[in-house]
Amino acid sequence: MSMAGMDVRRVRGGARGMRRERLPDKEHQACGLFGVIDRSGRRFGGRVAIEAVMNMRVRGNGLGAGFAAYGIYPEYKDYYALHVMFQDWDLDAKREVDKFLEANFDIVCSEEIPTNPEAPVIDPPLIWRYFVMPHKKGEERRLSDDDYVVKKVMHINTKIENAYVFSSGKDMGVFKGVGFPEEIAEYFMLEKEYRGYIWVAHSRFPTNTPGWWGGAHPFCILDWTVVHNGEISSYGTNKRYLEMYGYYCTLLTDTEVMAYAIDLLMRRQRLPIEIVAKILAPPMWDHIDIMDERQKRLYTTLRMVYAPLLINGPWTIIVAHHGEMFGITDRIRLRPITAGEKGDLLFVSSEEAAIRAVCPDLDRVFTPMGGEPVVGRLKSREKELRRRAEEVV
Amino acid sequence: MFSHLLPEFIVERRDDRCIRCRACERQCSFEVHRYDEELDRMFSDEKRCVGCQRCAVLCPTGALIVRPHPGEYRRNANWTGERIQDLKKQAETGGVVLTGSGNDKPYRIYWDHIVLNASQVTNPSIDPLREPMELRTFLGRKPDVLELRFNGGDYEDVEIATELHPNVMIETPIVFSAMSYGALSYQAFKALAMAASEYGTLFNTGEGGLPRELRKYGKNAIVQCASGRFGVDPEYLNCAAVIEIKIGQGAKPGIGGHLPGEKVTLPISVTRMIPEGTDALSPAPQHDIYSIEDLSMLIYALKEATNYEKPVSVKIAAVHNVAAIASGMVRAGADIIAIDGLRGGTGAAPKIIRDNVGIPIELALAAVDRRLREEGIRNKCSILVAGGFRCSADVVKAIALGADAVYIGTPALVAMGCTLCQKCYTGKCNWGICTQDPYLSRRLNPEIGAKRLVNLLRAWSLEIKEMLGGMGINAIESLRGNRDHLRGVGLEDWELEVLGIKGAGE
Repeated sequence: MSMAGMDVRRVRGGARGMRRERLPDKEHQACGLFGVIDRSGRRFGGRVAIEAVMNMRVRGNGLGAGFAAYGIYPEYKDYYALHVMFQDWDLDAKREVDKFLEANFDIVCSEEIPTNPEAPVIDPPLIWRYFVMPHKKGEERRLSDDDYVVKKVMHINTKIENAYVFSSGKDMGVFKGVGFPEEIAEYFMLEKEYRGYIWVAHSRFPTNTPGWWGGAHPFCILDWTVVHNGEISSYGTNKRYLEMYGYYCTLLTDTEVMAYAIDLLMRRQRLPIEIVAKILAPPMWDHIDIMDERQKRLYTTLRMVYAPLLINGPWTIIVAHHGEMFGITDRIRLRPITAGEKGDLLFVSSEEAAIRAVCPDLDRVFTPMGGEPVVGRLKSREKELRRRAEEVV
Repeated sequence: MFSHLLPEFIVERRDDRCIRCRACERQCSFEVHRYDEELDRMFSDEKRCVGCQRCAVLCPTGALIVRPHPGEYRRNANWTGERIQDLKKQAETGGVVLTGSGNDKPYRIYWDHIVLNASQVTNPSIDPLREPMELRTFLGRKPDVLELRFNGGDYEDVEIATELHPNVMIETPIVFSAMSYGALSYQAFKALAMAASEYGTLFNTGEGGLPRELRKYGKNAIVQCASGRFGVDPEYLNCAAVIEIKIGQGAKPGIGGHLPGEKVTLPISVTRMIPEGTDALSPAPQHDIYSIEDLSMLIYALKEATNYEKPVSVKIAAVHNVAAIASGMVRAGADIIAIDGLRGGTGAAPKIIRDNVGIPIELALAAVDRRLREEGIRNKCSILVAGGFRCSADVVKAIALGADAVYIGTPALVAMGCTLCQKCYTGKCNWGICTQDPYLSRRLNPEIGAKRLVNLLRAWSLEIKEMLGGMGINAIESLRGNRDHLRGVGLEDWELEVLGIKGAGE
């Protein structure tokens, strides 16, 4: 856990005896992204994602890589799967987490995540997984299961030193660390151990050097994962707006801001990605001004109300949660994104070459416009959404 | 005229250049210049000179130089010449020393200790000559959540279910400050209205009403409802874009205003709805607002009067407890919080008040923005700040500290000719801006004035776009409250703390 946010220092001259909170530094980075979904729900091993992201080696520098996979724990699919990292093999932290989880959850399984000790990674922390069911007491009964889990995860991340929750969704998991993507994949044995219907991969090029396993991507809250490439020039604006809604950026990465913005808009405010895209990367006023009255009113209102969530600067993200994966780039496309389709498979990637490396005979390849999301949904989910929409009418 | 005072300016006339055209004599309302026919010579009475430079710039042969008078009292860090002269004026009159325009004392100007960021390598800067760069801004209350209704599964046909509060759109985050018809000449007032209308921003009527024939500029007007209630009627309120309740003014927090009867000409008396030639007195407080509840009642009375179609702004002077006051104002229903800082201008104020009361706008703004965010109500209002903005960089820094838009008064007056001689209260403005004397006000052509104001808005907007692009930002909303793009230079830790910014190099 980065403690920069809590770092304080004495005032120079000190006569007033006052302390100034040291304002935290933000990380800067560039990255390679890859995501694939099988829209029929068929599950497959990690190899596609590993080979694709390996093909973008120059987009990383070995200081961080990670994967998210959905549909990997069918035997425990009704339980929240918590992947928890213990920095420096801190067993006191583990004991504390065990105690905390026992007090707040029913734990149905608790085990070390299988790893390959031969893999060429340096200083891996202890990584444990727990399959749990919320055990709510008193006032907390009023919280939804999801909100309860978020609250408990935040507690572990901020209050228990050396413990950090990698992922906390059902039937999914995040595997990440310091190294090149193939090294991380080898360490967690992703190719053989897991089969999922969505795989997201990330290779990182941080421009400062926090070699910290928790700092790698994907960033995860419940079953939502975000991988991100870019630097957000609106970081301060976004961060301070999100603080009003109880999101405190403790990781100091742009990705965190993205993840919270998406959590606020999509999970809490229940807006679909088609609308959220127009908030994060809205069309230009010149464009809005020539729309028909109805559209103009919608887009103007979105920009007016959600102005602090416009994400400015160069970025591409791939976001996934159960049943849906999407990729989107900034409003003037300052970071690359390419999409490809082959049957039920939809690929989103920083580079077409990465997609071609794993699927040479694509049905279709396209480069979306800035702010235009590429959305892959499970066919079952598409049907469900259509049914719900029709009910409203 | 006062006796025993040293002149403030010296008028040097280069006789080899002077052609005795007497332009200076005609231009100077303070009657500095005089022609002696018998001697065929120009004389100057320097004691009267205010240093407005009108004669110097209009002299066709460039014969005149007006500069600070070299005559001095014995140097004394405590008893400066200004203090001595003020004492002498008071000894002579027994009155309050008046002045015009903003605080000229050397309080720290925080803008000059804050530097901006620019993109290098990891993040591309954006070229405003090639890419869109958006300054459009909305003033008013925003909801926390936008509820949408979708017809059909493709999210193409969307209805907005949330009932929205009124917002006003401006094309640049720069608005003209409150300057009343009465303080300003009709010509200057009209020029502001025309310029705001042409550029797509707002002007502020101040507390002097809006002449009927200028109500066509209402769409671009912020109309004030101040303690004197001058010119307030339903049509005045309903023709406007925004209604502003004026509680205080940065140049004179806690005190009222006084337009002397000799300036209350027939058109002004009609506009202000008071008898011709009577003093227009604005009481220090609004006598129906002695508490925050009272403010809320007036806010909602004005909203009722305008069918909840217009944002209501409340303007206060930046004082010590400004953050808590602002929070109360938002909760009382204000859609816009206008804060006027220590260096805010005025047409007339007691000098002792102007120079000693209030706090700098930079610190006030930072404190208010932080407080409203901590309370989770920042999006329930827009913040407009005023008081000493000199250039586009000040505007950019203010927006990064958290302002939605900036009020400019003095820069607009300077654009129309003002040279900050600080004699606005005399009614003798040689530039035709701050006077009701038709001989003087005729000097300002509203069309030309408006053109110059539009040029000013355009120039600042272009500069803002350059700075935004440099930071890798292409929409002004991504700068708002984005203190990461600011760094302090030469500031103490407590100042950095209040401003919520890091020091340079941190």
